[in-house]
Amino acid sequence: MFANIGIKRTNINNTVSFVLLVGLSAAFILPLFWMITTSLKPIDQLLLDPPVWIPSPLEFENYPNALEAQPFLQYLGNSLQIAVAAVIGALISNSLVAYGFSRVEWKGRDIVFVLVLSTLMLPYHVVMIPLFVSFSKIGWVNTWLPLIVPAWLGHPFFIFMLRQFMLGIPKELSEATRIDGGSEWILLTRVILPLCKPALATVALFQFIWSWNDFIGPLIYLNDRSLYPMSLGLALYHNSQGITDFSILMAASTMAVVPIIIIFFFMQRVFIQGISLTGLKG
Amino acid sequence: MLTPRNRRELRKIGVGLLFISPWIVGFLALNLYPIIASFYYSLTRYSPISSPRFIGLFNYEKLLYFDPLFIKALTNTLYFVVFAVPLGNMLALALAVLLNQKVKGLSLFRTIFYLPSILPLVATSIVWTWLLHPQYGAVSVIMAELGLPIISWFSDPHWAKPALIMMSMWGTGWMMLIYLAALQDVPQELYDVASLDGASLWRKFRHVTVPMISPIILFNTIVGLIGAFQYFTEAYIITEGGPGDSTLFYSLYLFQNAFAYFKMGYASAMAWLLFLVILILTFLIFRSSAKRVYYHGN
Repeated sequence: MFANIGIKRTNINNTVSFVLLVGLSAAFILPLFWMITTSLKPIDQLLLDPPVWIPSPLEFENYPNALEAQPFLQYLGNSLQIAVAAVIGALISNSLVAYGFSRVEWKGRDIVFVLVLSTLMLPYHVVMIPLFVSFSKIGWVNTWLPLIVPAWLGHPFFIFMLRQFMLGIPKELSEATRIDGGSEWILLTRVILPLCKPALATVALFQFIWSWNDFIGPLIYLNDRSLYPMSLGLALYHNSQGITDFSILMAASTMAVVPIIIIFFFMQRVFIQGISLTGLKG
Repeated sequence: MLTPRNRRELRKIGVGLLFISPWIVGFLALNLYPIIASFYYSLTRYSPISSPRFIGLFNYEKLLYFDPLFIKALTNTLYFVVFAVPLGNMLALALAVLLNQKVKGLSLFRTIFYLPSILPLVATSIVWTWLLHPQYGAVSVIMAELGLPIISWFSDPHWAKPALIMMSMWGTGWMMLIYLAALQDVPQELYDVASLDGASLWRKFRHVTVPMISPIILFNTIVGLIGAFQYFTEAYIITEGGPGDSTLFYSLYLFQNAFAYFKMGYASAMAWLLFLVILILTFLIFRSSAKRVYYHGN
């Protein structure tokens, strides 16, 4: 009898949770729903008071119009190139560095590793100005290099994550290869990295999103419109537009958001894994 | 003379340093040198067209005593930090607890809550400008339906900051995901024992869940705090500091000084003060939480 009451109570809890979740989901979806529905509004339905939730007819022309209003396809292409270049760099550099911090034993390693982690605390604004001065001295302003090269030099978050992952691989695996006369390089590329695929996927994914979403970097470094990534192109377009262009603006925003949503749906498991890989569990 | 043992040790250090060399280069060029240079610049008057001229602590004095906009930016940022960090944290934890109830459609809900936090801020900022438009925005429609007064959100100095805080709570999904992972690690036995003792849901949450995930609460608080102090993109896109400087946040004012007024020395002094504030607050949070955070085995 008591067991029954217990079951009923968990059912009620589950129902309450479910209802709450549905309500909160609606609130979380609202901005994106509003973005998509506005992007499909014909101009005469954009400024109705009260606004319409779902326009009829749907105006798909807003998308080609957005592509004409600004070279958004070029911006998307630029974003893609920057992000891919950064991802390649992040995969190579963080693998090497994490290997040095986990599979090679050397004096002082763990002290240096604390230094790696401590740089996570450093606000970007402290390094922003000297970096700008340095990069302009070597002629990197108005190029993509300041947005790409730092990714080739490792990031503490990725180093930490890959290190944790590599530490979890049994030592005996390395010993066997070393006895066979294999060098550390062969060990890394043939043995360790193939085992790190889930962690590497997480690195690639997060670096891609960071590069894709980065705004302050392009804002500081890029002047030529032909070099703009999506984030900067969209911001400038937003600043130059009045209220009547919101359906086109929403179409452009949708185009900036959709690649990330697609990637998320295809790699959902990797995202979720990323969290546990960092060892952030209680 | 090097013994063979020492030689082997040295060789290992060499191999280790070789592998971490990308990070060493990055650390020297992207962290250490800029930190030192930034501090030096903060003691100078420096615009990109002239070389830095040493003026001692003048920038700091001016910031603290003679720049009302700086004080405004600092208080705006503190306002934002004080509300956005705890509210975002609590919402994230609440969502994670709800998702942890083994409800149906877990992965769909998880997606809905997480997704906003990884979308490009420029795009979502534009969307929110439109969403909170006093006349044509969806939120105004809903509030009118409910008989609530119409609020001008981003164009009202009293509501601009709450609106941005609301938007930042919408982006709390990454924190939720971290909490969810932590909650799934809390041993079920602890809840079972608490149930046997007749503990209510709230007491279980308060005396089992919270202590078990306290390191994660601490982590999320500090990461959230560091992020909130650097809050920039949304304010830059949506309000540009207005109306009436009500959303002139620290990073925005710093950026304006550096790249609109070209006061690089002055902006560097701001950056260093920000760094100090973050360091001190983090240290205080660590210290005050030391007794309350529970680290269980492994």
